[in-house]
Amino acid sequence: MAEKFLFYVFALITVWAAVMVITRKNPVHSVLFLVLAFVSSAALWVLLEAEFLGIVLILVYVGAVMVLFLFVVMMLDIDLATIRAGFVQNLPLAGLIAAVMAIEILLIVGPGNFGLDAFPKPEPLGAEVSNTRELGLLLYSVYIYPVEIAAVILLLAIVAAIRLTLRRRPDNKYVDPARQVRVRKGPDRVRLVKMAAEDVAPVAAAENGESQ
Amino acid sequence: MENVYLTIVLAPLLGAIVAGFFGGRIGRKGAHRATIAGVAVSAALSLWVLARFIWGEATVFNGPVYTWLVSDGMHFEVGFLVDKLTAVMMATVTFVSLMVHLYTIGYMADDEHNWPHGALSGKNSYQRFFSYISLFTFSMLMLVMSNNFMQLFFGWEAVGLVSYLLIGFWSTRESAVFANLKAFLVNRVGDFGFILGIAAIGMYFGSMDYAEVFAKAPELADTQVAILGGVSLMTLIGILLFIGAMGKSAQVPLHVWLPDSMEGPTPISALIHAATMVTAGVFMVARMSPLYELSETALSFILIVGASTAFFMGLIGLVQNDIKRVVAYSTLSQLGYMVTALGASAYAAGIFHLMTHAFFKALLFLAAGSVIIAMHHKQDISHMGGLRKYMPITWLTALIGSLALIGFPGFSGFFSKDAIIEAVGHSELFGSGYASLLLTAGVFVTALYSFRMYFLVFHGRERMDEHTKHHLHESPWVVTAPLVLLAIPSVFIGWFAIEPMLIGDWWTTGDWSPIVVAASHDTLQPLREHWHGQAAFVEHGTHALPFYLAMAGLALAALIWWVLHAWNPRIDELLQVFGGPVTRVLQDKYGFDDFNQRFFAGGSRDLGRKLWITGDRTVIDGAMVNGSARTVGRLALRFRHLQTGYLYHYAIAMIVGLVGLLTVFVTL
Amino acid sequence: MIALSDYLILGGLLFAIAVAGIFLNRKNLILLLMCVELMLLAVNMNFVAFSHFLGDMTGQVFVFFILTVAAAEAAIGLAILVVLFRNRRTINVEDLDALKG
Repeated sequence: MAEKFLFYVFALITVWAAVMVITRKNPVHSVLFLVLAFVSSAALWVLLEAEFLGIVLILVYVGAVMVLFLFVVMMLDIDLATIRAGFVQNLPLAGLIAAVMAIEILLIVGPGNFGLDAFPKPEPLGAEVSNTRELGLLLYSVYIYPVEIAAVILLLAIVAAIRLTLRRRPDNKYVDPARQVRVRKGPDRVRLVKMAAEDVAPVAAAENGESQ
Repeated sequence: MENVYLTIVLAPLLGAIVAGFFGGRIGRKGAHRATIAGVAVSAALSLWVLARFIWGEATVFNGPVYTWLVSDGMHFEVGFLVDKLTAVMMATVTFVSLMVHLYTIGYMADDEHNWPHGALSGKNSYQRFFSYISLFTFSMLMLVMSNNFMQLFFGWEAVGLVSYLLIGFWSTRESAVFANLKAFLVNRVGDFGFILGIAAIGMYFGSMDYAEVFAKAPELADTQVAILGGVSLMTLIGILLFIGAMGKSAQVPLHVWLPDSMEGPTPISALIHAATMVTAGVFMVARMSPLYELSETALSFILIVGASTAFFMGLIGLVQNDIKRVVAYSTLSQLGYMVTALGASAYAAGIFHLMTHAFFKALLFLAAGSVIIAMHHKQDISHMGGLRKYMPITWLTALIGSLALIGFPGFSGFFSKDAIIEAVGHSELFGSGYASLLLTAGVFVTALYSFRMYFLVFHGRERMDEHTKHHLHESPWVVTAPLVLLAIPSVFIGWFAIEPMLIGDWWTTGDWSPIVVAASHDTLQPLREHWHGQAAFVEHGTHALPFYLAMAGLALAALIWWVLHAWNPRIDELLQVFGGPVTRVLQDKYGFDDFNQRFFAGGSRDLGRKLWITGDRTVIDGAMVNGSARTVGRLALRFRHLQTGYLYHYAIAMIVGLVGLLTVFVTL
Repeated sequence: MIALSDYLILGGLLFAIAVAGIFLNRKNLILLLMCVELMLLAVNMNFVAFSHFLGDMTGQVFVFFILTVAAAEAAIGLAILVVLFRNRRTINVEDLDALKG
């Protein structure tokens, strides 16, 4: 009973948050509602005994990805008026398509096909079963190569994101490590040279210094 | 014996290879020695084989020497069938070929004058010529010794190829190149029928082997083929094969190439376009006699075509002034006689005439060549005359050849031609009356044009220019020796050969008979019944209609071109005016060339032009190549508007597609 | 008891809402990206639910990888967005029609 209550609460929150995501005027609000949808989804996943994924969803998605969204939304100076234009005109078509799609999906996945008769509720796993351990065993044995590939993809994403957004401003001062390591001992390094003192006209030197 | 037959075939091939590929290295003497040695070996062995058949020692050889491939039970082989028919052909071919080889030494001695100075194609032409004629001998032997249709076709095409090469031998002359192309194309028309005939045999008999086909032929005699509303299989095969023979043996209307083939050097005119290759069609029909005997329709067709050729081509000979062309038209006419004999089922007479003709026509051609050498390669008989005293051997041998040609009693041509006229007279096939009439009239025409040429060349006024006259002399011995050697059989071969070849049952060896004649068609039977020896035949010949006609022709020719022409050389012009339209028709050669030129050449050119304009330019280029590109372009011009560049349009399209798929999924 | 179908219906609803979101906010690139995230969430919901009801951990492995790829996608997508904004001073999709045919 408690489970049923929790499910409906979190499901309603998720759906409501999702609706809010797409209808809010302010993108910042949308992002925040998306965070809410993710959090309540994570709760639902915990109900489904996928504790690890629920936590990952909150940590990685909410903690990293959504913050990233939020950051971008806030950083960009978006003209909300033009971007919201046509919202109302699009509503009927959007509603129609979404309704058709929802009805069709419901027809397929409704209780007739996937009810308790077809898929009975499995016995709850005991407290001694660790979802993280199970998933880890699977990931690092059977799915080790996909994990490696996923790691490469993430690395690629990091490199790509940095390379895309990196910008060189001409007035910025920075050190180029590549040039730094290419320095040769003879001609490139600073050398201290002993020389006789030169007699410079003091007036001209003073003028130069002032003009700088 | 297999090795002997192989040697006969391969010796000329070896000579051809040596002279052809190593001609530059072994030089002129080496080339003619190698080829003459090859052909001499071949000729000696062939004569020995023939002699063994005459003495009754030899047996028929019929067997494969090499199996090329077996497909669906059909064997494609190289094999020999050597019986008396083959032996006669082999002896004739190799003997005439040997004579021509010898003669060529003299005729081609200064061939470099026939080429433009320094022409690359004229390099080693002498050796090349010897290589070609040796190759021809090989091809012809393959043709006559074949025991199956595939090898027959190989030989058939190979002699055609050599003929093409030799007609266009002087490849820097435009007329020669035109003539060899013409010969090749016209022969292709005939070969088309020929190969269809062979295909029909392959289809219905399931074999390429002569013996198997002949054995099975009576079973299939009543088979009908559903072409053109149903024809008898034998008629179809017979006529198709004969169309091939019409091309090769230059029968109307596929005769047009033979007169033009005189563009080639005279030795090959003698060997290929008179004595041997052009008789391949005659030989082939005789060889196929077991098939032809089963179709009277095909025989009638042959009869009518042959008789038409014999008479009408002879007439054209009357108006020709080129010495070689006169002989060429006479060849056409004589081929017509042979073919008519075949049509009348007198195959033996056809082959007999083929043999005698080979000797006397080769003789005439070589004599003409001798005259041409003396005249410094000028061939117009209106500028000759009185050569008798300058070239006694040529004159005498040419006279012998002419007498043999017109069938003067006792000469070889008399026996064979009289036998043919007699046999056709006894034929009861459709068209035999027509054929008989034309052949008899043809005797008069033959005498007229033969002696017109003879008198214009050897008698009368000397009409050549002073320079030529000054250099006139008899040809060297390599030229005259073959003339003499050919003159001997031209006189005597008929006397000796008629009894075995026509009268007795000589053809049959053991239980194999190369020439099969149905009893109801046996037109030589009356001749056999009234046979009282050669002397009686000659005696009877001297008071028969053909003899009177021949003498009348000879007398008329002597009157006009000897007596009247000596009195006034402009008699020819007078005759042309007198002849009026008839002369013009003859000079136009009945318009065959014009018709072919206009209808076939022009027609196919127009057809090609139309196909080019509509098929190539409009349909392929216009509609298909450029059309498809234009269609894509036009469509793209419309569809490019779908590519708005707006992300959400693509997203929406994707979602709509997704919904559509879902709908399909749900409703299913 | 909560049946599998309940979770699937929830996933379906989330997906439909995300689709509607794409239609409604078709000019705002950030919202489009967020709707894609929402769709992925719907899909993940299905995976987790199936994994639970079928007793098969593979579904969760799938979710794990989807999260990985989604994070990468979000990072790169936002980076592109930033660059875009920097160059064009707008993220209005209607102004981005360089690919117009």
